[in-house]
Amino acid sequence: MANGDRTVLQFSTQSTANFSAEVHPLVIFNICDCYVRRPDQAERVIGTLLGSVLSDGTVDIRNSYAVPHTESADQVALDIEYHHNLLVSHQKVNPKEVIVGWYSTGLGVTGRSALIHDFYSREVPNPVHLTVDTGFRNGEGTIKAYVSVNLALGDRQLASQFQEIPLNLRMVEAELLGFDILKTTSVDKLPTDLEGMEVTMQRLLALIDDIYKYVDDVVEGRVAADNSIGRFISDTVAALPKLSPPAFDKLVNDSLQDQLLLLYLSSITRTQLALAEKLNTAAQIL
Amino acid sequence: MAASSTARSFLQVAATEEVVSPLRFVQIEGLVILKIIKHCKEFSPALVTGQLLGLDVGSVLEVTNCFPFPIREEDEEIEADGANYQLEMMRCLREVNVDNNTVGWYQSTILGSYQTVELIETFMNYQENIRRCVCIIYDPSRSNQGVLALKALKLSDSFMELYRTNNFTGEKLREKNLSWVDIFEEIPIKVSNSALISAFMTELESNTPVTQCDYDRLQFSSNPYMERNMEFLIECMDDLSMEQQKAFPILLQELVTSTSPATGMVSEKKVVYLISMLLDSLFSLKDHLGPSKSENMARKAAGEEPLPEEDPTNPIFKPIPEPSRLESFLITNQIANYCNQINGYIVYSRSYPFFWIA
Repeated sequence: MANGDRTVLQFSTQSTANFSAEVHPLVIFNICDCYVRRPDQAERVIGTLLGSVLSDGTVDIRNSYAVPHTESADQVALDIEYHHNLLVSHQKVNPKEVIVGWYSTGLGVTGRSALIHDFYSREVPNPVHLTVDTGFRNGEGTIKAYVSVNLALGDRQLASQFQEIPLNLRMVEAELLGFDILKTTSVDKLPTDLEGMEVTMQRLLALIDDIYKYVDDVVEGRVAADNSIGRFISDTVAALPKLSPPAFDKLVNDSLQDQLLLLYLSSITRTQLALAEKLNTAAQIL
Repeated sequence: MAASSTARSFLQVAATEEVVSPLRFVQIEGLVILKIIKHCKEFSPALVTGQLLGLDVGSVLEVTNCFPFPIREEDEEIEADGANYQLEMMRCLREVNVDNNTVGWYQSTILGSYQTVELIETFMNYQENIRRCVCIIYDPSRSNQGVLALKALKLSDSFMELYRTNNFTGEKLREKNLSWVDIFEEIPIKVSNSALISAFMTELESNTPVTQCDYDRLQFSSNPYMERNMEFLIECMDDLSMEQQKAFPILLQELVTSTSPATGMVSEKKVVYLISMLLDSLFSLKDHLGPSKSENMARKAAGEEPLPEEDPTNPIFKPIPEPSRLESFLITNQIANYCNQINGYIVYSRSYPFFWIA
């Protein structure tokens, strides 16, 4: 846009340099669930993101809820009262979660999004806008996060540009546990601990197999040796404690004996229970 | 002819009462599981609760959403606040088309010690309003071991009837053939997810072959966990022996009163008496011998298992906490057992790779 006075269009990228966002899978689940349940005439779902801002500037998105809205060609109406009510309710449970942004389903960022973003920026200094593409338009489900940057021409505000910031999916270990059951559409029963152990052992054995094959290949000259990998492998093997086999046996057997002792104790208490019950309820028969 | 017969059968169907099919399993959505995990984990070690929402369909109870309850202070006015919060949440969720029916509640627990009288009371409260409700118990402390400890519980019908009549004497328990294992019924859980979610999750899955939970599972240090388990076990043992001591005056009284008619059975009773002495300490029993003699007279006069006014709490105290305590004991016991199994398994299988590489 040519101007008489030479002002420069500033794309200030510094402020967004260290900005990144981490999202918990719960948020994705929530968004998808709301999308599936949306009223028939709405084509997309809009909602608020809750979370916290960590000390190094990353935004941790932990929870979300949908806000009913109506959209027409050029205007958007958001149910603000609902938004506030739910915010208050959520904060009763978890006062540390504050608004960090908002989300919408659908791929791109439209002009109407800017309006909504404006509204949210009145509540939070720098809201994060998350888009979740439920239509899988690119052949995959893209989830992107944006922050708005103001484009200023001298003193005049021209527009706000949505700049993408890096987004990570962050999972707590308990969620990782359940990940397999979260993937499929239905699971018949929850995996027991032994089954989980089995899966882990299989994975471990597969890894060891891979390493074995790699080392064999390198030794036979089929694959070029990569020194860093070789050093890594030797470090790993050296990390095993250097115990002579008898000492190792003793260690294992000792801990095994401790556990057998505990097993024995718990069996005794179970027998005790059965006996106590018989005494207490069967006393009258005798 | 056919039309009228179908019409009649329709009327018949409408007239007959709906047969309640037994609850066979609980179908939970992945969303609910994630929410429960998140909530319980954030507040651990404090115990938290929340409400489950869903649909009751035939023999399946579907749980499609949930919301957490704020931690309740010990304050009178907060009660009304709590109810308001609940109404507000349900109203808001209704507006976004979430199923609005309460089907139960969830709570977190530590090492499986959730079997308390409050749980039973909450169950009874819910049961009055809802025909079918479940309680989901989640144990966040076990997730450090790589196990998803999620359980769905329901009170068994026979126990509920017994509780309603508030009649826990040994006689009634024997009549119904009810032992402590019959109090709670565990219902199998199935997980379902919408196709959209599973598509997203498959996509977002990280590519590493090994995840953090594998590292957790292969951990050797289970000692602190076992120690805590044993502590719980010991506490429960103490509680149980206290309960039994309270019950002993009654036992003794029964022994004494029932020896008179059938002399042939005296020796058996002496054996029982001896066993009971072995199980509890001699000293506390001696203390009980004194007052029970006078109680004997009163009870003899009033009948077999009456409730004397001067000691109304004694017979009541015996049965009500007792089954619950036994259960909590049992469960902690079971956990110790499971834990042992896991550990045994770990030890056995862990030694193999070591031998391989070495």
